[in-house]
Amino acid sequence: MAKLHISTTINGEPEEFLCTPDETMLDVLRNQLDLTGAKEGCGSGDCGACSITLDGTLVCSCLMLAAEAEGKKITTIEGMAEGETLHPLQQKFLEEAALQCGICTPGMLIAAKALLDENPDPTETEVRFWLAGNLCRCTGYDKIIRAVLDTAADMRGAA
Amino acid sequence: MSGSDNKWIGENTIRPDGADKVTGRAAFAADTSMPGMIWGKVLRSPHAHAVIKGIDTSKAEALPGVKAVMTAADIVDFPTDTPVALGIQDMRWMCRNVMAREKALFHGHPVAAVAAMTEAIAAEACKLIEVDYEVLPHAIEIDDALAPDAPILHDFIEFEGKPSNIAGTIEHTKGDVEAGFAEADVVIERDFTTRPVHQGYIEPHACLVSVASDNKTTIWSSSQGQFMVRAMVGLLTGLTQSDIRAIPAEIGGGFGGKTIVYLEPLATILSKKSGRPVKMTMTREEVMRASGPTSGSKSTIKIGVKKDGTITAAEGIYWLQAGGLPGAPVRGAVGCALAPYDIANGHTLGYDVVCNRSKVAAYRAPGAPIGAFGVECVIDELAEAIGMDPLDLRLKNAAREGTQAVHGPTYPVMGYVESLTSAKAHEHYNAPLGPNQGRGVASGFWFNAGGESSAQVNITEDGNVVVTTGHPDIGGSRAGIANICAELLGIDYKRISVLIGDTATIGFSNLTGGSRVLFASSMVVTESTKNIIRTLCELAAKIWDIDPDAVEWEDGAARPAGANAGQFDPLTLAELAARANETGGPIGAGAQVNTTGAEGGFGTHICDVEVDPELGIARVIRYTVLQDVGRAVHPAYVEGQMQGGAAQAIGWALNEEYLYDKDGKVDNPGFLDYRMPVASDLPMLDTHIIEIPNPKHPQGVRGVGEVPLVPGLSAVRNAVYNAIGIRFNDLPLSPPRILAALDVREAAE
Repeated sequence: MAKLHISTTINGEPEEFLCTPDETMLDVLRNQLDLTGAKEGCGSGDCGACSITLDGTLVCSCLMLAAEAEGKKITTIEGMAEGETLHPLQQKFLEEAALQCGICTPGMLIAAKALLDENPDPTETEVRFWLAGNLCRCTGYDKIIRAVLDTAADMRGAA
Repeated sequence: MSGSDNKWIGENTIRPDGADKVTGRAAFAADTSMPGMIWGKVLRSPHAHAVIKGIDTSKAEALPGVKAVMTAADIVDFPTDTPVALGIQDMRWMCRNVMAREKALFHGHPVAAVAAMTEAIAAEACKLIEVDYEVLPHAIEIDDALAPDAPILHDFIEFEGKPSNIAGTIEHTKGDVEAGFAEADVVIERDFTTRPVHQGYIEPHACLVSVASDNKTTIWSSSQGQFMVRAMVGLLTGLTQSDIRAIPAEIGGGFGGKTIVYLEPLATILSKKSGRPVKMTMTREEVMRASGPTSGSKSTIKIGVKKDGTITAAEGIYWLQAGGLPGAPVRGAVGCALAPYDIANGHTLGYDVVCNRSKVAAYRAPGAPIGAFGVECVIDELAEAIGMDPLDLRLKNAAREGTQAVHGPTYPVMGYVESLTSAKAHEHYNAPLGPNQGRGVASGFWFNAGGESSAQVNITEDGNVVVTTGHPDIGGSRAGIANICAELLGIDYKRISVLIGDTATIGFSNLTGGSRVLFASSMVVTESTKNIIRTLCELAAKIWDIDPDAVEWEDGAARPAGANAGQFDPLTLAELAARANETGGPIGAGAQVNTTGAEGGFGTHICDVEVDPELGIARVIRYTVLQDVGRAVHPAYVEGQMQGGAAQAIGWALNEEYLYDKDGKVDNPGFLDYRMPVASDLPMLDTHIIEIPNPKHPQGVRGVGEVPLVPGLSAVRNAVYNAIGIRFNDLPLSPPRILAALDVREAAE
């Protein structure tokens, strides 16, 4: 299969890569670009561990063809902190122990940030339904939901 | 309760591995690669039960890009007549589980594996392998496996002198149950079933293995024990353990399911054959078809009480599915079932039943939720029958210090009664309920575990601390260890790095499992740290030229004590470390202990549900977990264990189950159709930590993680009964089952 040449932007930096037409964005991120923060938990869009944003929209990178990245802006977990400064969600997840094993954490953070970008004052129910596509088997979600709500409150206070 | 004089024990500190985990840097099993690495793929049986008459791999080997092909012939054979135990596993079964030998025992059972330049070529090569199967009738469910004409999985298994699918039994007896039932005013006997459920870790099994030409082998994999990986790979491949370095990657959930190997021995053999590093990952479908789960079960529970609530006798008979090879968690079911109660006459008996499903793996308190389910349901029904509050009935019969359990031990000081009295007094238990809402309670027990642990604590030249232990950290145990070490040394926890060593850099440590990690690792870290403090005091004494016994360690510094008190300025850890070279050399200490004294754990759950009578959906609307944890070294991660266990119990009770087609193939091998709880399914999960310190542990720690799965199945079920007045004895309480029961009732009315 002939490879396609793709020009895109990842975490604010221009990036080029070659991929086959059937290759997923997740495989290119993980196997070519050394961006292994996105995880493959299912490969079928059910667990959300591979969450990234594409032009600001939350997507499962396992369901996206790498070729679709052409001309788009991609953000992964590796681009969430600004230099040494963690995003408030990252910091709150640590402070409130909103992770145990940590495998769902990158996807959960990307999804939570996409929510707060769209809705800075979500209700608990809105957070729960927004994150319903991000599976966590360790925490029972309690501390994750609280961390997202508390971050939202902090960010509103700071704004 | 926790000592108020503690500075770090009991604090919710930031975990040592935290920043890596929120930035995507933490390396899990599939996140590592090596120069020259190739990819492995497994060919799996398309039949649930078949004799393997022959395997022709020649076409696969001829495919360009293929570098190695293996079958069971490449794996060390452990004859079926000679047990070779490794922990609770038997290598006779492990060698047949990682790759089918004489027979394929379940759909998805590995039969061959290929390593090739790409994963796609490896998958293509798998299709070219020709396997000559003689397909046999299969038995999936317990009743199918126990039927008189059932297909017998193994000709070497006999029960009561006949070929059988019953591979073993475990039994506990105390007193005389028949005499006990005769004394009862009310006796209730019910039959129950639970479905097999998967551990559901989000990280599929994965590994990267490099075998060099001199047999020096490096394994990166995520498991619940790098030493288990080393030992099993050594036994299954013939490599010596000293040649194998098993490096524990960060582990993306295990819950017991990663206490055995699947891919590592295959990748090791493929790497040795190909001369290249080999990476293998399972798809979610492979995880669901061929790893875990825990057993499905059926049971008959009979309990008798007097009108005053005294339990006179209790009996539980259990059948647990083992999967294709022996080893269902019978011990947990028959041991934990009656453990919360002081019962004069008790009897439990469990059968290990092989069937054509993937071999079960441990799942959080293995067997205990199955054991507790029917017992806690019958107790709920008995309470109603004699007009007693269900918590009061449990309190009346609660095991206490000095109670001899039906499964044998006599209990030390422990907090089961406190979990009940706290539940009774809890605002949740007394809150009003709305229409279609109901409340249920249940209790549970887990043995907890000690065992082998090793730690090394080293003081850096700049006066900080590196702690290395041998247990993969699944739930934040590194944070707990940092708290303990900081407390003992009297320094800020941020000055302590806690790492998980590989098999070459830390001493033998048993699995992360059984709720043993913080219990055991804090014992070896405490011993090591106390030795370091003694060394530091000796160094200070040398500097001051006084007797070492006249030096005490306080607030991170050596201080002259007794007659010398106040004579010298304190010497801090940093000052002593800086002068270590002139006063004696490197400062470090290790400890390797076979730990004992892990006492059992008890908890009680309160669950509220609301049942939608139109849709049949039972939704958990409030949940409280109450548990004696001994000492909460890091309360937030203790709460996390309690919440996570409860969530898994809710999933088991309400939705999770494997569905099979007529050919014995799992029909729902993915997260869309195997329905684990998602965020919108659950309410907040409240916790009530009870701290009755374990007197046999330096910090009072008891295991925490397993207990919270045990009561949940019955707490949910009892709540559904309270909501709609129907007692379900078969899990899960999924919408079709609830709707069907409501329809039956409506038709009868």
